Parts: sequence; structure tokens; C-alpha cells
Amino acid sequence: MSVQPTPAMTEHPPVASRTPLVEMRNINVAFGGVHAVRDVTIDLYAGEVVGLVGGNGAGKSTLMRVLSGARPADSGEIWVDGTKVTIANPRDAKAIKIETIYQTLALADNIDAPANLFLGRELVTTLGTLDDSAMEDATRKVMGRLNPNFSRFKQPVRSLSGGQRQAVAIARAVHFNARILIMDEPTAALGPAETEQVRELIRQLKREGIGIFLISHDIHDVYDLSERISVMYHGQLVGTVNKSEVTSDDVLAMIIMGKAPGEVTEREMATLHQ
Amino acid sequence: MTNVAEAAPVPSQNQPRARTSLRGLFAQTEIDYRLFGMLVALAVILLTFNILSGGKFFQPTNMVTLAVQASGVAIIATGMVLVIVSRNIDLSVGSVVGVIAMTYALLMTDLMPNVLGMGPDFPFRWVIALAMGVGLGAAIGALQGFIIAYVGVPAFIVTLGGLLSIRGVVWYLSSGAAVSGLDKNFQLIGGGALGSIGGTLTWILGVLACFPIIALLIQGRRRRRRYGFPVRPVWAETLLGIVGCAAAIGVAAFANANFWPKGLAAKYAAEHGITAPAGGLQISTGFPYPIMLLIGVTLIMTWMATRRRFGRYVFAYGGNPDAAELGGINTRWTILKTYVLMGVLCAIAAAISAARLNGATLDVGTGYELYVITAAVVGGTSFAGGIGTIPGAVLGAFVMQSLAYGLSFMGVNSPGQNVVAGIVLIVAVGLDTLNRRRGS
Repeated sequence: MSVQPTPAMTEHPPVASRTPLVEMRNINVAFGGVHAVRDVTIDLYAGEVVGLVGGNGAGKSTLMRVLSGARPADSGEIWVDGTKVTIANPRDAKAIKIETIYQTLALADNIDAPANLFLGRELVTTLGTLDDSAMEDATRKVMGRLNPNFSRFKQPVRSLSGGQRQAVAIARAVHFNARILIMDEPTAALGPAETEQVRELIRQLKREGIGIFLISHDIHDVYDLSERISVMYHGQLVGTVNKSEVTSDDVLAMIIMGKAPGEVTEREMATLHQ
Repeated sequence: MTNVAEAAPVPSQNQPRARTSLRGLFAQTEIDYRLFGMLVALAVILLTFNILSGGKFFQPTNMVTLAVQASGVAIIATGMVLVIVSRNIDLSVGSVVGVIAMTYALLMTDLMPNVLGMGPDFPFRWVIALAMGVGLGAAIGALQGFIIAYVGVPAFIVTLGGLLSIRGVVWYLSSGAAVSGLDKNFQLIGGGALGSIGGTLTWILGVLACFPIIALLIQGRRRRRRYGFPVRPVWAETLLGIVGCAAAIGVAAFANANFWPKGLAAKYAAEHGITAPAGGLQISTGFPYPIMLLIGVTLIMTWMATRRRFGRYVFAYGGNPDAAELGGINTRWTILKTYVLMGVLCAIAAAISAARLNGATLDVGTGYELYVITAAVVGGTSFAGGIGTIPGAVLGAFVMQSLAYGLSFMGVNSPGQNVVAGIVLIVAVGLDTLNRRRGS
């Protein structure tokens, strides 16, 4: 077991000349006395997946809730396309094409897939009434791409399987042309086949130039799909590494010990595998 | 029409095949089986009392009176559905009805003639009074809704406080006295022989109602066809159309079989120089105004609940508050609006109560919160949130009122009626719970 001889920390973004799609600078979030996110700075480029990993309570979900508008930061700045933006609520985030796929709380169980897909952004007729047919039509189109076998457009989403529900949530992001996608444990509730579907979908979205923040407990998921990996530990950013320059053991060490690759001794590395 | 009816049906996986079974019938006509069950329950109750009373119960006079008595509770119950669907409650409706009824009475007996300079002959006094009542209801609803949605005090507490304090305000308004003597036109809101739309108009309405029923069926079919969605089979569409039209005309015929009281008809005949035929002049009352109000409210509320964003947001919030918030819905504003709506509906119900009493007493609307919540819940609204229908709540109000009216018709006193009402409430919700558990 050898340790990378040189620190693999990326001091500079991969393509320095381009403007990042998203930059979150010096973000702080505190719940009462608990500092959930402490002075974190991360960025994301178009067409890349940045894996966001860390143990339970590392602050990764909280950081992403700031970007999605669910929980505004106490301090810090968010820049999109080189412009400073204010995201005070989910509507602000959606207006700048940031879509979020949550682990659990994404869908209203008692209404059908089209109603969920368009929740908060319903299509209406010229009279101002809901245009359910048009919404169903659009849902059929986008679901046809994501999950061609899906047919339960009139049933409450309560009756759908985990994978189908996740497909509805992802369809929402795809339909509204998300440029920035936050996926919080997108495969946590899914079986192996459905997980592979979602992975393929992530690759497809990446090819279409969407920037994706991928939160996951599953280091293999992240290692497989991401270009870069940002590791958080107790609310702080341990570092962001290029996947090509580190091993998955290095990432594991960052997650567990909160230390950047160069700081880990060989002895500590050995304990990882005990 | 032919292209609509004869075009090849679009195959679909979830299109049920069976047409022989009852389940298949419901599936193919897309009739809400819960609503259908309520209609059956209502019919059973009415028939039972009819048999018990030896055929005296099921007469137009009784049915029209029963409907008028149910109208106030039913009107408010349409709003209570939305409140309960969004995981809240409104216990203050009875007191709000009381304070607005008293306001109507004071406006027309004192404030309008003595302060605002609107004597008995002032035009459209009843409209002005009604507008003020609706405004007051909306204001009370907005205040309670604001405290619930924006300050975050639980709805149970806020409206419990409203129940107590607003009832107290009624006493202060009139210094404890009952007030009577309303505007002649305003009294018509309460129904009765004069407060009805008359036989001819009732027939016209009954027939006219067929057009929107058929138009909705055809339009829905066209729209689904345009997007290539599965459509109902033609026989199901035809059946729905025939049943809908028959119901509309049947109800109109029934209301028209209710005639003016003999004395009033005789007086009318004398005044207009008509020679009364043997057995007295028979003038159809048709639909009373309170029923017209209820029909209007039910249609508008159903439209708001199912065809407007507001309704969609109420149901989405009830299904999953977090999802609604994260979906970018302004959930607080949505909740506030449900309470404003409740205030407006209470003002309409208060107008019916005040008009029927020709005034207001201190206890107008007392206990309404219980009847209204019962109607909504018996009508299929779930306290877990996210589930309920407006027509269901209206039917629920009619079921409960039929029980009360029927029992009193059979000589059961008011405490006895309450015993039955309470048991029915528990049984209705119990059956629903079992049904849901089996379904999931």
C-alpha cells in the first residue's frame, strides 16, 4: 500500500480559463450552537459531476440545502456564471435553473406524477385553470426518455415503486432544463437495476452539459461518476481532489480522518483496512 | 361527433378490461366509488325513514326543508375540506357565523337607517349588507390565517381562541339582546315560498344543467383524444350523460312538486284576480335561494379545488408539506387563503341563518364547528391531510341532516339525535379507515 508521493489537492480548477457554473464561497451555517457548515468554498463546472462525500453530520446535505434555497446560509456568497446571486428560497434557486433531487421529501404522495412534476410551476390554460392534459402530455414525453415502461400517470405517486418515484423526481429536473443539479443520495432507496438506471441517467445528463453535485454515502458511486470529489469532515471542507490523481483509499482516508492525502501516514492508511 | 365516438380506442396497460363486475363499472365510468357509496347511504337513510313514517317522510315539502336546513353547514363544509386537507382545522366557524349574523341584523335595523342614512327604501340595501358581512368574514379569516400561517401558532389553538372570543363579541355587539327586523329582500336569502326561484326558472335550470354535463363529457373526451390518452368507452360516456341529465331534471321536478302554502296562494290569487281552481291554486316554489347559493358555492369551490393552482397547492401541501415548500410553493400564503375562504363561506351561511330568523340571536351558529367538521369527515376528508372532496363534504352534510331531520320526524328528541350523529361519525370514519388499510 503506497501513499501518493505528492499532495493531490487541486489548488486550481481543472480548466482555469473557464468561469465556474457555481461557486459557493466561505459558506457558514449554524443551528443554534452547532456549526453545521464552517467556511466552505466549493465550485462546479458545466458538464462535470462533483461528488460531495463525508460521514454522517459532515454538513454535505446542509451545504446543498443552501444552494437549493431550502435553508439560506448565515454568511457566504454564491456565484453563478460569474455573477453573485441571492438564493433565499427554493423559488430563487429554480429561477436560476438549480434543481434538487432529494433523498426523501421530494414528492407529494397524494397527487399523480404530472402534478408532482409541475408542482409549483403548473401549466395553465388561457383561462388560468390547470391544463392537466398538457401536463400529462409533457410528463409522458420526458418519462418516455427516462423510464419508457412507466404508465401510471393517473395514480397518486404513493402507489409507485422507489425507482419510479425517483424517475419522477429526476424527470422534473430534466423537463425544466436544469443547468445545475443537486442529487442527494439519489440511489439510496433503489434496487441494483434501478441504481444502474440512475447512474446511466447521470452520465447522460453530464454529456448534455449539466453540472451535478452528487451527495452519496457510497464511495464507489462517487468514484465511478465524478470528475472531482469534495470531502467534508465535521462541517469543514477537507479538500477537493481530482479523481484521476487519487485512489479510493485516499478518499476514504479523507472521509474518516479528515486529513488530505499528503497528511496521512502509512501507518494510518494501514489501519483503514483492519 | 362521429370521429370522437368511433375513432379507435388507444390501448393502455392500465385500462381495465372487465365490464361485467361492479369494480369494472366504476373503473370504466371513472365514477368515484366513495362518492357513489355516500349517495347510496343517503338514499338508504331517506328510504328507511320513509318506510318508518308510512310514506310521509319522502315528500317534496320535507325534502326542501331538509335541504335548506343543511345548506348553511354544507356551504361551510366545502371550505372545511380545504382546511382539513392542508392539515389544519377551523373551530371558530360557529362563532364567526354568529358574529356576522348579528352584524347583518344590526346593520339593517340600526346602522344603515340611523348612521349611514340608508332607510328602508335605499336601493340594494341587502347587497350592501351582504358585501359588508363577506368583508368582515374575510377579515376575520385573514387575521386567524395570518396567525396560523405566518406566526406559526397551531390552528387548533388559534381557532379555539376564536371560538371563545368571537362568541363573546356577539354579546357585546347587541348588549345581550336578540335583534330582529331585516330588510324584506334580505329575508328572501333564507328561502321559503317567496324566497325561491319559482317553477319555470327551476325547470329551465334543470334542463340547462344538462348542457354543461354533456359539454364537459365531450370536451374531456376530445382533449384526451388530442393527446392520445385512453378514453372511456362510448357506453360509459353515454351512461354518465344520461344519469347526469336525469338527475338534474329529476331534482328540478321534485323541487317543483313543492307548492306554496294554501293561505299564501289564496292571498296571491285574490290580489291578482285569479279564480282559484278546486283544491286551491297550486304554485310551484322550485329551488329556494339557499339551495341556489349552495349549488353555486359547491360548483365554484370544486372548480377552485380541482382546476386552480390554489387547490392543487392545498392538496400538495396536505400530502407533503416539505415537498410543497421545496417545490417553490408559497405555502404560508396558500394556508392564509384557505382561512379567508372560510370567513367568506361563514358570511354566506350567516346570511341564510339571519334571513331565516329574520334577525339574530346570541347563539346563531352555536355548534356549527362540530356539524361542519362532521360533514367534511363523513364526506371522506382525512385528518391525515391531502385527501378530501368538496362534493363529498356536501353529501356528508346532507347525510347528517337527513339523520337529524328524520329522527326528529319520528319524534326522537335532540339529545337522541346527537347520540346517533356521534355514533354515525365514528362508524363512518371507522369504515373508511378499515377500507384504506385493506387498500394499501
